[in-house]
Amino acid sequence: MQTIDLTEIGLRETNKTLHAQSADTNQTAWEIVNPRGSHAIACGLDAPIEVTVKGSTGYYCAGMNQQATVNIHGSAGPGTGENIMSGKIVIEGDASQYLGATGHGGLIVVKGNASSRCGISMKGVNIVVQGSVGHMSAFMGQSGNLVVCGDAGDALGDSCYEARFFVRGTVKSLGADCEKKEMRPEHIEILKGLLDEAGIDANPSEFTRYGSARNLYNFDVDNAGAY
Amino acid sequence: MCGIVGLFLKDSALEPQLGELLTAMLITMTDRGPDSAGIAIYGDETPGKMKLTVQSDTPETTFAGLDAALGKAMGTSVVMSVKSTHAVLTIPAGSLAASRAALAEIDPGIRVMSRGETLEIYKEVGLPKDVAARFDIAKMSGTHGIGHTRMATESAVTTMGAHPFNTGDDQCLVHNGSLSNHNSLRRKLRREGIHIETENDTEVGAAYLTWQMENGASLGEALQSSLDDLDGFFTFVVGTKDGFGVVRDPIACKPAVMAETDQYVAFGSEYRALVDLPGIENARVWEPEPATVYFWSHDKAPTSKKAA
Repeated sequence: MQTIDLTEIGLRETNKTLHAQSADTNQTAWEIVNPRGSHAIACGLDAPIEVTVKGSTGYYCAGMNQQATVNIHGSAGPGTGENIMSGKIVIEGDASQYLGATGHGGLIVVKGNASSRCGISMKGVNIVVQGSVGHMSAFMGQSGNLVVCGDAGDALGDSCYEARFFVRGTVKSLGADCEKKEMRPEHIEILKGLLDEAGIDANPSEFTRYGSARNLYNFDVDNAGAY
Repeated sequence: MCGIVGLFLKDSALEPQLGELLTAMLITMTDRGPDSAGIAIYGDETPGKMKLTVQSDTPETTFAGLDAALGKAMGTSVVMSVKSTHAVLTIPAGSLAASRAALAEIDPGIRVMSRGETLEIYKEVGLPKDVAARFDIAKMSGTHGIGHTRMATESAVTTMGAHPFNTGDDQCLVHNGSLSNHNSLRRKLRREGIHIETENDTEVGAAYLTWQMENGASLGEALQSSLDDLDGFFTFVVGTKDGFGVVRDPIACKPAVMAETDQYVAFGSEYRALVDLPGIENARVWEPEPATVYFWSHDKAPTSKKAA
């Protein structure tokens, strides 16, 4: 285990050190201490390493992640995991707004709650939240899965395309063109796989699936009010 | 952007450290806005008196003999304490209008930063570290305080455009965001007799709360109605003589983090601002909900009220 004291060597040096790890590095376990809510910790990683941040992080932690696993032993600030491509991010506490925005792949797990705009414009990322998510979650979601073990706030899945949303609790309101859908065996399978991968013990059959009603895909003058 | 901090002490043992803690919190937020900085501190009071904090660009000449001149004009004695470009004038309670008029007569260049029994506001163009050092904020004690570092959008970078804004006795407000209906609301509030100094959007937000409270609303109720009447983006932190409140607009894109322990309630635009507070490791840390009023008072029980 390699330990980096962020206050000692600073953010640029920390990220440079992590970026220097190649696909065949044998230094695969890293620990970052004294994060003090700093921004952009462990951003842009692209190697099969595991980084554990011992404390809360600021904006954009683990943004653009590829291959790496990033654990946050605290809460995470706005834009955590933005544009994640692959790999895994596990947040032990809560996540602030726009978690995993525009994410293309990989998995993000939140043990606490996620705030507003969770998974906004998701393009293939899977996000599993053990608690609840805030308003406008998965806004314009195009692909991927958002799993919410608690409740969802206002306007879930507004203007979404083919992303899937699984919510166990209540949904305060659905966004434009988002609707409740049938939970078929293949969806139970997908959800079971996601919960297993996230290490969260929940019964897939207790969830409801939501997704696009596909009415806003193409311009239709009768929908002008909804655009 | 803009950075906001606030600290409301529950444990009076921390009062001597209020200025120091708040200064450190605000300096951490410097990169959210470098244009101007300001801090409001709720400190001591003198029975039967109120404090008028004034500012001048030419303090050496303007403040020389100002206490005597104001005292003479008012027919009373005025105590003055000068700190750099600001001076705190201790005047008889209830003499605000007369004092304002007398000050305008003595030197029209004098600007009123705040008035109240315990409130003092210090604000200038510049970075938080320089503004705090200039007024020696770290040495100040008090019960609660709020601070702001500004990235200007809606009005000029001047002392008068700096936050916090004070629009009523012992009331102040800092704001991250921008209001879009401030011109029409300013006209309405001026017609209602509310004193508004600048063309700044935030001052209108502060004046709106003052107007609500003058009409009988509590701070919590005034914040609640701001959600209906203010159009735009806002995270507000407000102070009154005994209270401290927070509200975010329903979209809530301006960041906010709060922390509470047995000793204090703290607010920061980011968690970074809170990391050096005593006992933060074990504090309850959370993000205030959109369209939800949070309010703490030394005199009343805490409230948190969600908009219907």
